[in-house]
Amino acid sequence: MDRLAGILGVGAGVLLAIGLWMGLVQAPPDAVQGDVQRIMYIHVPSILTAYLAFTVVLVASIAYLLRGTRGWDRLAHASAEVGVVFTAITLATGSIWGKPTWGVWWTWDARLTGTAVLFLIYVGYLMLRSVVDDRDRAGRYAAVVGILGFFDIIFTHMAVKWFRTLHQPSSLERGAIDPALYLPLMVNLGAFITLYVYFLLRRVRLGALEEAVEAEVLGG
Amino acid sequence: MSFLALTGQILRKDLRIEMRSREGVNTLLFFSTLLVFLFRFAIGSSEAQVREAAPGLLWLAFILTGLWGMARTFQIERENDCLEFLRLAPGDLGGLYLGKVVVGCCLMWAAELVILAMFGLFFHLDMLPVIGPLVPVLLLGTVGFVAIGTLFAAITANLKAREVLLPLLLFPLMVPILLAAGRLTDLGLAGDSLWAEPHWLRLLVGFDVVFLVLGYLTFPFVMED
Repeated sequence: MDRLAGILGVGAGVLLAIGLWMGLVQAPPDAVQGDVQRIMYIHVPSILTAYLAFTVVLVASIAYLLRGTRGWDRLAHASAEVGVVFTAITLATGSIWGKPTWGVWWTWDARLTGTAVLFLIYVGYLMLRSVVDDRDRAGRYAAVVGILGFFDIIFTHMAVKWFRTLHQPSSLERGAIDPALYLPLMVNLGAFITLYVYFLLRRVRLGALEEAVEAEVLGG
Repeated sequence: MSFLALTGQILRKDLRIEMRSREGVNTLLFFSTLLVFLFRFAIGSSEAQVREAAPGLLWLAFILTGLWGMARTFQIERENDCLEFLRLAPGDLGGLYLGKVVVGCCLMWAAELVILAMFGLFFHLDMLPVIGPLVPVLLLGTVGFVAIGTLFAAITANLKAREVLLPLLLFPLMVPILLAAGRLTDLGLAGDSLWAEPHWLRLLVGFDVVFLVLGYLTFPFVMED
């Protein structure tokens, strides 16, 4: 597992370097937005990776409630933490992108609002974990919030979509962006997902080590 | 005991506690009056502004009052370790959840009627003709709020940081309810049919069903010790 994590770490670094070179140097600037648009190569992969991370939280939470094995709980916890980091990156890069293109750092647009709510739900999830001392109880409580949070996000996205939206259409929709911009985006997406899996493996291992130390100290 | 019997028992027990202590109703009356006063000061005296802000403020008032109501449903069980005994109740713990949801809804609907009356009185809004169309919005919006609120109140009831944590967990999940119920309330106050925007109604119904089912399924894991 450690070797695999190491390989993934190196792989993520290499892929990121290639992806960023393609996005920042090789790809042509956007016809309308110019170089500003290059932030897409970080913005879009990070939100997609965050969605992946929270889907993993959902699956691991259900599995933990059904099976009760610590491994599922560690996976859910690790994935939520990494997911929150990627969501924060999305919000930050989106804000930086919004200022020159829309003229404001923040707007109450559907996608922005939805992503902010997503962020708040999983920050709450992590805070809940941090205040419950007993690991099994923390795991069960968090699993419930992880499951409800995921379904709530679906409703939130529906609700905020019915507001007027300012955001450009999803960059992945067919014809939304030029093929010359598509390949670098895909390479970056691959790099982010590899990075996610690397972080996840490391965080799961850290969680296992924490529990082992605790058990030893308590003489378990 | 079948789970519906357990639901009925919880309902009878909690309503009896309420009838005898009147703690909930009294606090609620005072709290909602206070909120309406504060809202009025916050938005100034222009009648047009008041009307525009009314749907959102109404739901804000419901949710703030409801937050206190939700926390209360499990706090009364903390005294004398009542929660321990509830846990030992024969039958499906899901029945306990449904009982608490019904109690929570009853309390909130009572509170909502009071708040509506206060809004009518202090904001010069004529509530009587619009109360009919508003009823389904109040019913649907409240069920969704209570379905999640009851579950999260059970989670936070035994935590040290419960006063902070309950709103922190609950409020972000309430965004769909606030948007949908707020919009429908706006239609209702304007005297329009709710079916003018049926997608909001469908969203509320879907939200209620999904979270009642999820709450029912996950509640036993919250109660496990």
